[in-house]
Amino acid sequence: MIEEFVLRALLGGTGVALVAGPLGCFVIWRRMAYFGDSLAHSALLGIALGVGLGMDLNLGIMAAFVVFALLLVFLQNQQRVASDTLLGILSHGALSLGLVAISMMEGTRVDLLGYLFGDILAVTWIDLIWIYGGGAVALGLLAFIWGGLLAVTIHEELAQAEGVPVFAVRFVFMLLIALVIVIAMKIVGILLVTALLIIPAAVARRFARTPEQMAAGAAGAGVIAVVGGIGASLAWDTPSGPSVVLVAALMFLLSISLPGGRGVL
Amino acid sequence: MSANAEGRALIEAREVSVRLGKREVLESVDVRVNPGEIVTLVGPNGAGKTTLVRVLLGIVKPDSGRVLRREGLSVGYVPQRLQVDQTLPLTVRRFLTTGHGSDANAISHSLAEVGAGHLDDTFLHDLSGGEFRRVLLARGLLRNPGLLILDEPVSGVDITGQFALYDLISRIRKERGCGVLLISHDLHIVMASTDRVICLNRHICCSGHPESVMRDPAYVGLFGERASQGLAVYAHSHDHSHEPEIVEGAQNR
Repeated sequence: MIEEFVLRALLGGTGVALVAGPLGCFVIWRRMAYFGDSLAHSALLGIALGVGLGMDLNLGIMAAFVVFALLLVFLQNQQRVASDTLLGILSHGALSLGLVAISMMEGTRVDLLGYLFGDILAVTWIDLIWIYGGGAVALGLLAFIWGGLLAVTIHEELAQAEGVPVFAVRFVFMLLIALVIVIAMKIVGILLVTALLIIPAAVARRFARTPEQMAAGAAGAGVIAVVGGIGASLAWDTPSGPSVVLVAALMFLLSISLPGGRGVL
Repeated sequence: MSANAEGRALIEAREVSVRLGKREVLESVDVRVNPGEIVTLVGPNGAGKTTLVRVLLGIVKPDSGRVLRREGLSVGYVPQRLQVDQTLPLTVRRFLTTGHGSDANAISHSLAEVGAGHLDDTFLHDLSGGEFRRVLLARGLLRNPGLLILDEPVSGVDITGQFALYDLISRIRKERGCGVLLISHDLHIVMASTDRVICLNRHICCSGHPESVMRDPAYVGLFGERASQGLAVYAHSHDHSHEPEIVEGAQNR
């Protein structure tokens, strides 16, 4: 008989993987892996904010994301340093500030390791509602902007000339990344959340002939990684988040060493 | 380039000025394209060619001046560069459906029109430079355009391929009767198939029939003496040959 907490973990992980896969495809097509990583790092600051102010943690994280995004856009417009340098500064600055802030809160017990590396086996039914509710919204929005986002990814100006509302599409895409990071954090944690976005997508690349096939394949690969990772975690008592990511990474190595396919990665 | 043909033009820019930051990129530029006409816009790098295209496409709002479009005009735009990430699996056919949702027949037809019918199921990454240019052109044609705007349509293509592409463009013009605005920094091959040349260097230096533009002092000033002698292999060095002083001289029309 399967234990209930295992069932919740499997359900939660599957829910996250189903959303992260398709969205992750756009993250790698648009070369935004580093952006996702930076955004995730700023989540710890949001948690500190939430704990410190006694508000809902998800709201705290969203607030941190908004501040992060505004700061990023503002500093990018200043053009003092290159974009990736800026992302690095903001990302590690936010992570460190979060760590310092949490360490200064006496009396409050914050499961730091859980936030950093995820604790999939501690997923609650409430978390599942967040994951499936948020996930359904994210997938719905992604489906809605799919064509436009694809056009923008191929060539932004061409899309604009052809009447795609480029700004709106990009804005919604950013929102989606933020949303998925929030719900995926529970599974793999802040430090590994980008892995769940990009590795399944990279695995699927090898076998896809269309963007849509790749998105579906990424969702599937993510689910396999989650199930395999949770299984490994239970069997060998390894940390759950890193186990999921490791299974995904192994799948990627396997996929590029398989003969045939289209080894372009 | 004045009011004599008013109402006939497909698209017309009137006294368009664009400033990016403190730099004036376009100064009071007038451009028009009539139906069935091939207009070539030439100018050195940084002359504002691409900015002018963006203005015509409605992507950039001019700081002053305006753009008049014939009502219901459909514009097929072919950008200079289009680089799809290696990780994005796109066949030619799927690429052509992005942003249009065109039907399968129209796609087959436009691919055949540019001589790329056999590339239907090929991945974009596997196309040669010339094939890729043809596919981009096919995408522009899908909109059934009254006006084609082609930004450096032969870049990345060898010289034989360039001739073939220009032949294709003039054939498309002939068969469809659409107007063509062609942007180029490389004029010798362009000259053969174009009706009118506009020489741009932030402002319009000179314009007219290719033969007369070639002899225009402003043109010679911009591209150098050798450019006007029709040397076919003289293609790229003009980017560096025009001195700011000479350009200033050219402005005193």
